[in-house]
Order: sequence, then structure tokens, then C-alpha cells
Amino acid sequence: MRQMRPRLPHAVIRSKVYPPALLAAAPAGFRSSPSRFKEFPDLIYTLQVAPEDCTGCGLCVEACPAKNKRAAGRKAINMVEQAPLREVERSSWEFFLTLPETPRAGLHLGSIKNSQLLLPLFEFSGACAGCGETPYIKLVTQLFGDRTIIANATGCSSIYGGNLPTTPYTVDAAGRGPAWSNSLFEDNAEFGLGMRLAVDKQNEQARELLLRHATTLGADLVDAILNAPQHDDAAIDAQRLRVAELKARIAATAPHNGTRVELGYLASLADALVRKSVWIIGGDGWAYDIGFGGLDHVLASGRNVNVLVLDTEVYSNTGGQSSKATPLGAVAKFAARGKATPKKDLGMLAMAYGNVYVARIAMGADDQQTLRAMLEAEAYDGPSLIIAYSHCIAHGIDMRKGLEQQKLAVQSGAWSLYRYNPQLALEGKAPFSIDSKPPSIPLEQYIYNEARYRMLAQSDAERAAQLLHQAQDAVAQRRQALEALAAQLNKGAL
Amino acid sequence: MNDLSTRYLGLTLKNPLVVSASPLSKRLDRVRKLEEAGASAIVLYSLFEEQIINESRALDHYLSHGTESYAEALSYYPDLPHYNLEPDVYLEHLQRVKAAVAIPVIGSLNGVSRGHWTEYAAKIAQAGADALELNLYYVPTDPDLDAFEIEQMYLDLVREVRAHVHIPLALKLSPFFSALPAMARQLVAAGADGLVLFNRFYQPDIDLEQLTVVPTAHLSRAEDLLLPLRWIAILSGRVATDYALTGGVHSAHDVLKAMMAGAKVTMLASELLAHGIGRLAAIEHDLREWMEQHEYESIAQMQGSMNQHAVAEPAAFERAHYLRALNTFDNRLL
Ligand SMILES: Cc1cc2nc3c(=O)[nH]c(=O)nc-3n(C[C@H](O)[C@H](O)[C@H](O)COP(=O)(O)O)c2cc1C
Repeated sequence: MRQMRPRLPHAVIRSKVYPPALLAAAPAGFRSSPSRFKEFPDLIYTLQVAPEDCTGCGLCVEACPAKNKRAAGRKAINMVEQAPLREVERSSWEFFLTLPETPRAGLHLGSIKNSQLLLPLFEFSGACAGCGETPYIKLVTQLFGDRTIIANATGCSSIYGGNLPTTPYTVDAAGRGPAWSNSLFEDNAEFGLGMRLAVDKQNEQARELLLRHATTLGADLVDAILNAPQHDDAAIDAQRLRVAELKARIAATAPHNGTRVELGYLASLADALVRKSVWIIGGDGWAYDIGFGGLDHVLASGRNVNVLVLDTEVYSNTGGQSSKATPLGAVAKFAARGKATPKKDLGMLAMAYGNVYVARIAMGADDQQTLRAMLEAEAYDGPSLIIAYSHCIAHGIDMRKGLEQQKLAVQSGAWSLYRYNPQLALEGKAPFSIDSKPPSIPLEQYIYNEARYRMLAQSDAERAAQLLHQAQDAVAQRRQALEALAAQLNKGAL
Repeated sequence: MNDLSTRYLGLTLKNPLVVSASPLSKRLDRVRKLEEAGASAIVLYSLFEEQIINESRALDHYLSHGTESYAEALSYYPDLPHYNLEPDVYLEHLQRVKAAVAIPVIGSLNGVSRGHWTEYAAKIAQAGADALELNLYYVPTDPDLDAFEIEQMYLDLVREVRAHVHIPLALKLSPFFSALPAMARQLVAAGADGLVLFNRFYQPDIDLEQLTVVPTAHLSRAEDLLLPLRWIAILSGRVATDYALTGGVHSAHDVLKAMMAGAKVTMLASELLAHGIGRLAAIEHDLREWMEQHEYESIAQMQGSMNQHAVAEPAAFERAHYLRALNTFDNRLL
């Protein structure tokens, strides 16, 4: 058993650890092996595929690190005809779903391996087979679970995210899941900020009411709720229990009590006492272009929101129009001769504020860095911006190779990885970390695997060569600029 | 001044130093440098059957792929009026190379099966190539396909290409034939004007850490010369055609040996890739010096002088020599 990676788009491959005794009820053909998680030495591990929801994208086979010792062409996962396996795997999947979820509390989330034991609350979306965006959303729901509140810009992620009347967002066994809503292209950041303000207001009112009714509700409980640390899942679980206790006490309060109306109000607000995680999600067309004014406004507000930009470098859903995220030399609609201007550096714009957490990530290149960035962004009490490289059918690639392209993008320096954490600066530590190595392969080794670049080389070779040359120069300049910035920002660090 | 000229495929070349098919010919500035450094002809890098057949299909696939997935998008790319696929790029490049240099330029096609791609032989001729080199590169993996069938496939292909072009046609062959002399004769009868010996196969290797098969492209070493040298010595007196030796030519001595074995030209790739285009001038200089010292008037004079018919000990190129070679090792061990 090797660890499962978080990079797969449709949540059709799941893993769990569970006590061996539960295997007694397993249907024939159900597979398991001893757990190799050091946190769970005595448990059993199963990696299960949902046979009927698999889109056949093949990404898992490419991504899977484990190879068969007797025939290296075979991996731990292989694509085979679905029909002969359907019955067995369907009952295995159904049984798998009945196994208990891994408890979040106490699980160290900073490890990729562990993160993949967590229940995704985003599954079986209608995204393209092999989509490069959905793994990021899935990971957000795994890490932050039902505390997640999502404001989604219009675009691919609002289409596959809310193909009404269905939705890929789902609930856990307790019936809790992320809250999700979709707004327009031009106002999604503000839409998400509104969610933040509403939650904060509810929290504030609940706190006021708690203080006012402390004697009725019990001073100890009120004090514990008001001062609860909520830095991790264990602490948050403890707060949930307190909130449940609070609601129970409110319900038990005699109806003739004069404060009944206010307590009823508190009961309706009590859930806002559990820390929420607000995510503002959209594509590059939203973040770089049409919603940029609002995004900038929200980042400048200083409020605790997490912005996730699924950067496909082109308007994907409407059919490949150039955005300000489209790189120099890529062909897109409105850039048929190859885009003549460089990609806007959204990360640097946000960093200019100094108090915005900024990360640039690419799961296919470094999933550990992706995981860290998400955890840090969420932990930062202020605005965070994560820009996530998302391969796309609009790149003209073999989608099975999407993760490989992400790796090449990073190795070539076309997409550098970094994290800027203002919290660290406050603590006197180095706030800026460049997470990718200096470019080690020429740009062409990355871009010419993609039709969006190749088609220019094939229609106007001279211009393609000229743009490639410019883009290659820019790679070196960007790296230099990043290193200079790191030196400057990290200068005073302890 | 001794005469270095030679005749190959009906072309008169000023010396036997021809640039082998390789990336050396991909850029015009390099092509000019090759001529300046003394190359007598250039074989362009190859155009592959797969490029001709698959490329337009692949482009079309990626440009139209996924267009049916969302109602909001009917396509993901702008329509460009015209695409230059690799075959067109190749032909254009050939024309430019022809215009840039005065020495002969030989086009190169690489493929094995019959099909419309062989029309590119005619296109290469139209683009101005002085000759065509056809690289027959086939790795037989099917146990049901016997040697006879594969040889017939080669002969059919040669006839088909021959029918497309009137310029001279050379065949670049691999050394893996059970009966190379018989094959050589049949290929010549099918229309080849020359044989280029040998094609180097780029042997795949295994990456033990990744458990993947990785392509390797090693440059040749000095000892690689010996295989083509022996076979040209065996064939040149037996099957009348023009021989070019490729593989392991790194010095003037190598060129001299090739000429004596019966080659009309030598082709160089690795030496120039590793040590620069300037090596051509140095090799030519050494060649002249050696001929001066050893009182050879011309290259023509030495061509075939050491082929199997001409040497004092013809068996040296055959099996008997093997025993002697082994014995020398024995002696050394003692
Ligand atoms: C990088 C490289 C690319 C090559 N490309 C071709 C090719 O496109 N077509 C071909 O027939 N031979 C090709 N060859 C083979 C050379 O033409 C030549 O036959 C072989 O390298 C042996 O000669 P050498 O010892 O001088 O390198 C290539 C060789 C190298 C090293």
C-alpha cells in the first residue's frame, strides 16, 4: 500500500482505515490490507473505487506511484473494462460507505497521506474527465469539512459545482456539509465578503447574548464558549459539543422565563460560535478580469476570507477566450496570433498589500505545498489568496497527462510556487518562501506538449519562435525578481 | 595537391566528408557553417512516417477535443487559416537549406510501411533535394512475421519510393539481417543507388528507480566504426553500388579506413555534435597530411583497396579471424 494522492478530480477513489472486526461483514471481493499509518497501527486500510461514478479519465493511473513488481507496466490501479467488475465493486463500494469515517480530531492534517483519509464533501461532479480544478475544491472540503462556506463565481466551477437540481457538494453522516452559493462573474468576491460579514455579525450577536444570559446558561459554559481556542479540529469539535450543550440548556429553559425570546434568538445564532471557513472560489476570468475590481477591494478589506483562484489561464467554460491570466505566446480566442503580452502577476499584486496571505500552487508538481498553503491560508486571520494551476481541456493536452504538465510547468519556471505568510512576519520569522527550484528545463519542453502553444508554432513559426524567446527570457527575470524579493522580505527575520 | 573528390550517388563531391542525418542540419546558420568547415554534402535530419501520418490527426484531435462537453462552448480555440505541420516545415526548411549552400543536400525519410506518406519522397525531390536517403527502421516484434515477409516489405517500400522519385536514392539499413549480401543485392535491384551502413538504433534503457523505459541517444564511440567497416569491406566487392559509412567516424584515420574498405563517403554526426563543426576542417587537414605522407594522390585511388577481394587475407573479414582475435586475448591473459 502506498499513499493515495489528493490530485484526483472526481472523488471516486477513497481510502479509509477501520478496525479489523468490521471486515466480518464485508462482501466477497472486498479488498483490504493492514494499515501502514503510524497513527493507526492496528487498523485495516482499504482503497476503494466507486465503479459507477468513474469517468475513465485515467489520471489516477498516471498519478499512482506504486508499480507491480512482476509487471512494471501495471500499477496499483489499472484501467480495465468496467462491466465484469461492476457487481463486485458496487457492493464493495456500498460496504465501504458503511465503514466509519476517520475521526478528524487528532489527525495530523499537514500530511498528504492523512488528508486523504478525510471524507470529501465534494464528489462526482459533472466536470470534464480529468479536470484540473476539482481536486483543489475537493481538498478544501476534506480539510475544512462542514465549516466551509463557499461563494462561487460563475464559470466552470459554478456549472459543475451546482448543476441544479443536483450538486456535487454533499453532507457527512451527521447531515452537515459545506454551504455553497453562486453569484455573478463581476461580484463574487464581494458576495463572499458578505458571507464573512454576516457570519461575523452573527458571532458577535451570539457573544453579546451569551454574556447577557450567562447566569441563566451557566457561567462556566459561557466562559468556555467565549474563550474557546479553535485552532484545530479537536478544539473545534470541543466547541461544537459546547454549542450542543448550549442549545440543550436553552431548550430546557422554562418557557415562562422572561428571556425566552432572546434565548430563542441565541439558539438560532449559536452555530456561528463554531469557527467558519469562508472560501471565495472562481476561475481566472473572474479573478484576473471581470471580478478583479471586487477581488482587490475584498483583499484590501483585511477580513478573514480565503480566495481560491482556479487558474486555467483562459476562459474555459465559455470556450477558450483569452484572459489576463493567459500566458505570453499561448493561442486563445482574441489572441489568435499568440498572446503578445505577459500573464498578469496576480500574486504579486496581492502581496503588495503586505497583509494578504498569498500562495501559488500546482498540485501535480507539489501536493504537500498545496496542502500547506491551504492550511496556512485558512489559519491566517485576514485575507488569503491562493492561485492554483489548473490544467484544462482548453490547453489541448492529453488529460491523463495533466499532472505531468503541471510538473513541467513548474520545472520550466513558467509557474513558480511560493507562499507569503504575513503572520510569520509578525512573529519575526521569514514570511516568504519560494517553493519551487530554479528552472531546470527549457520552456519549450513544457509548452509544446500543449496545442494552445503548438498551434502557433505550426501556423506562424517565426512569431512562435520570437514569443518563445521572449517568454524564456521572462522566466529568468521572474526567478531573479522572486529571489530578490525573498531576500528583501526575509531580511529582518530571526 | 591531392585529390579528395569522390563520386557518390552520381554526385561529384569535393571530399568524402558528408554530414550525417542529425539535428546539425536543423538551423540555417549551422548549415552554412558546415559548408564553410568543408562538408561536401549534407543529409538533412529525417522526416518520419509517423509525423506525416499522425500529426495532422493529433492536432485536429486536440483542437476539437471536448467541444461537445458544455452547451456554453462550441469550441476552445480560434480558427487559424492555415497550419504548417512538420512535413511542410521540413519541405520549407529543405528549400531554405538548398538556397543557403552550394553543396548537395540530401533529404531523409524514415519509415517502413507502404502508404501515402511515401509521396513525400516526391515532395522532397520537388523541394530541391539532390538525392534522397530512405531510412528503413523497423523493429520486428511479431513472432508470426518471418524474415521473408519483412524483407518483402522493405523491397515493396523501396519500389514504391523509387516510383515516386527520379533523384538518386540511398537506403540507410540496420545491421540486423541474416543474409545482408543477398538483401543488399535485392535492394539495389529494387532501385537503390546506394547503401548507407549502418543505421544506429536508439536502444531504450530501463530506469531502475522509476521502473520506466527511457529512450537513450548516446553518441557513437571509436569502436562503433568496426561493424560498418567490416560489412562495407565484405559487400563492396560483391554488390555493386555506392556505399556510405556511418557510425563511429571520428578522425581522418577512420575516413581513410572507410575509403579503403570500399566506401564512397563517410558520414559524421557524433563527432561534430560532441566537438563542434570545426572538426570537419581538422579532419580534412589530417586527411591531406596522411595522404601526403603516404604518397596517395587521390581518394579514388584508395577506394576499395582493402576490401575483401583486395586484401591479402580475405578470411580476415570472416569467421577465421574471430579465432585469431580470441587468441590474442588468450595470449594477453598469460
Ligand atoms: C542526435 C542524433 C539525431 C539523429 N537523427 C537522425 C535522423 O533523423 N535520421 C537518421 O537517419 N539518422 C539520425 N541519426 C543517426 C546519424 O545520422 C548517424 O547515422 C549515427 O549517429 C552514427 O554516426 P556517428 O557515429 O557519426 O554519430 C541521429 C544521430 C544523433 C546522434
